[in-house]
Amino acid sequence: MKGTLGRLARIFFTYSVKVISLLLAVSAISFVLISASPVDPVQQYILGLGTTISPEQRAEMEDYWGVDEPPLQRYFGWLSELLHGNFGESAIYRRPVADIIRERFANSLALMLCAWVLSAVIGFGLGCIMGMYHGRLPDGILKKICYILSAIPTFWLGLVLLLVFSVRLRWFPIGFSSPIGVLNENVTIWQKLHHLILPAFTLSLMSFANIALHTRQKLIDVQGSEYVLFAKARGEGKWTILRRHGVRNILLPALSLQFASFAELFGDSVMAENVFSYPGLGSAVSAAGLNSDVPLLLGVTLFSALFVCTGNMVANLLYGVVDPQIREVGE
Amino acid sequence: MNEKKDILLEIHNLSVSFCMYHHGLEQRDLQVISDLHLNVAAGEIVAVAGSSGSGKSLLASAILGILPGNATVRGQLYYKGKELTKERQGQLRGSEIALVPQSVTYLDPRMKVGAQAVGHKRPYPTGKLRSLFQRLCLPEKTERLYPFQLSGGMARRVLVSTALITDAQLVIADEPTPGMGLGQAMEALGMFREMAKDGKAVILITHDIDLAFEFADRVAVFYAGTTVEIAPASDFKRGADALRHPYSKALWKALPQNGFQPIGGFQPYAGNLPKGCLFAPRCPHKTAKCEDSVPAIKEVRGGEVRCHHAT
Repeated sequence: MKGTLGRLARIFFTYSVKVISLLLAVSAISFVLISASPVDPVQQYILGLGTTISPEQRAEMEDYWGVDEPPLQRYFGWLSELLHGNFGESAIYRRPVADIIRERFANSLALMLCAWVLSAVIGFGLGCIMGMYHGRLPDGILKKICYILSAIPTFWLGLVLLLVFSVRLRWFPIGFSSPIGVLNENVTIWQKLHHLILPAFTLSLMSFANIALHTRQKLIDVQGSEYVLFAKARGEGKWTILRRHGVRNILLPALSLQFASFAELFGDSVMAENVFSYPGLGSAVSAAGLNSDVPLLLGVTLFSALFVCTGNMVANLLYGVVDPQIREVGE
Repeated sequence: MNEKKDILLEIHNLSVSFCMYHHGLEQRDLQVISDLHLNVAAGEIVAVAGSSGSGKSLLASAILGILPGNATVRGQLYYKGKELTKERQGQLRGSEIALVPQSVTYLDPRMKVGAQAVGHKRPYPTGKLRSLFQRLCLPEKTERLYPFQLSGGMARRVLVSTALITDAQLVIADEPTPGMGLGQAMEALGMFREMAKDGKAVILITHDIDLAFEFADRVAVFYAGTTVEIAPASDFKRGADALRHPYSKALWKALPQNGFQPIGGFQPYAGNLPKGCLFAPRCPHKTAKCEDSVPAIKEVRGGEVRCHHAT
């Protein structure tokens, strides 16, 4: 057990080094891109103020922001502020970026977590069914559904679901994360959940096909294995084999695939949040992009890189804990 | 055969073919086992010996009823005198008929050895497993190991334990010795001899003909998916003249200690079988009759042989 912990600590350490260097690279590249873009942060900030200012005031502001400093100096200045937790102030929301990310991320996390769990459960379950009926009718139908769902764009599916369930059937609200006209303190958890269901369902529909098709193929491979042949020879039935040998051998690759899909999940959530006007990180980033809100855009970029890296690291660590072949050899 | 009443498993005219796509959508049946004949009595070891591709491992699957879905089985199988139907196979496999697979790859790589050895039937015979492992000289911690942590010898004994835990009457061992040194092979085969002494019937599928006639009571020689000869193991020790079929004689002569003389030609492939005797294309004594008709199995000098000219 001590060996396992030591090894996990080692993995964690090397991974942290990788994550930090990756974040540095991401920050440098986004800094260069923003510098090269025609967007003028000072101008956007002034626009956001809503008032006109004199040229002297503007010059003072440019001086304060260090517009004339050499790029490297500006970059390191920005970086050291970042390290002190200062992400700057959002031009459109007029609040510190760190606060916006914290608040929006809580919403996004709830959404993504629900979608993530839902897609894992649906995907794994359907994958098992397809694998068990491999080559027969249920497999054929489900496989086609999976292909179709992977081909549909998120926003289109979101719109269709919105049309059917919110507009026609009126089962779910049209958008946002809480009812309109109700103070934040008075929103109940049920109301929040009610607003969460449709976007989360859309998101999970987008991603379960991947895991289902993967699980299906793995299960087919397992069924062709020698150990399943031997299990049959010992009198184990189809479903006993799935329970005793199938799940055990396909869960791990499915789990790591699911963790590795954080990047796609995040990308899809941008679309889904826009369609459902859901106040998460995804809609914040598109608002920041459309309105040239540089501090917010950079902040969310860095944060999402960190988020995706964390997902991948969890997958790596989990592999070491769950797979006996890796775990026991390490000891 | 004097103990005819104790015959546990009888196989008559067993044929197995696979339905395959040949060119595009043209389907064709590939016959891999043809008119196979075999019987095993309680308390004896029958070795099924033949070169690779002779259909030995498929025989095990056919007896257990676990052939893939595109396989067709014809012929009669009798277990304890009653026909072995698909349903009966389903009931008997893992309880009365057990398979000892050839290598550790037949164990689930992500499941602990103990959980695999006890099997899936509840209540798990954990106590029995303990004493069984003790008898097989497996340390107690073996139960908590994963298959990849077992040494070759331990893996062999664990695989044997999966058969012993079931009280099976018929044990089919598929290639239990390849990759083993002589000592290990002797130890492995010793375990099967002990099973036979306990009154079980053992089918030992092997391509190691030396070990087959050292350890078995009778040897069934396989060629191109059929038994060409079933002889007491002692005949193989006496020499080529004691054997009945030209292929068994050739096999004996091809052994290093007996002159190392190979015969020409090669085993016919499934889907390309000759019309008459399967061995005719390579047989030095073939006549027109051999190329025309499949010889029936007949008893000659206390053994059974499938040859028109055997005396």
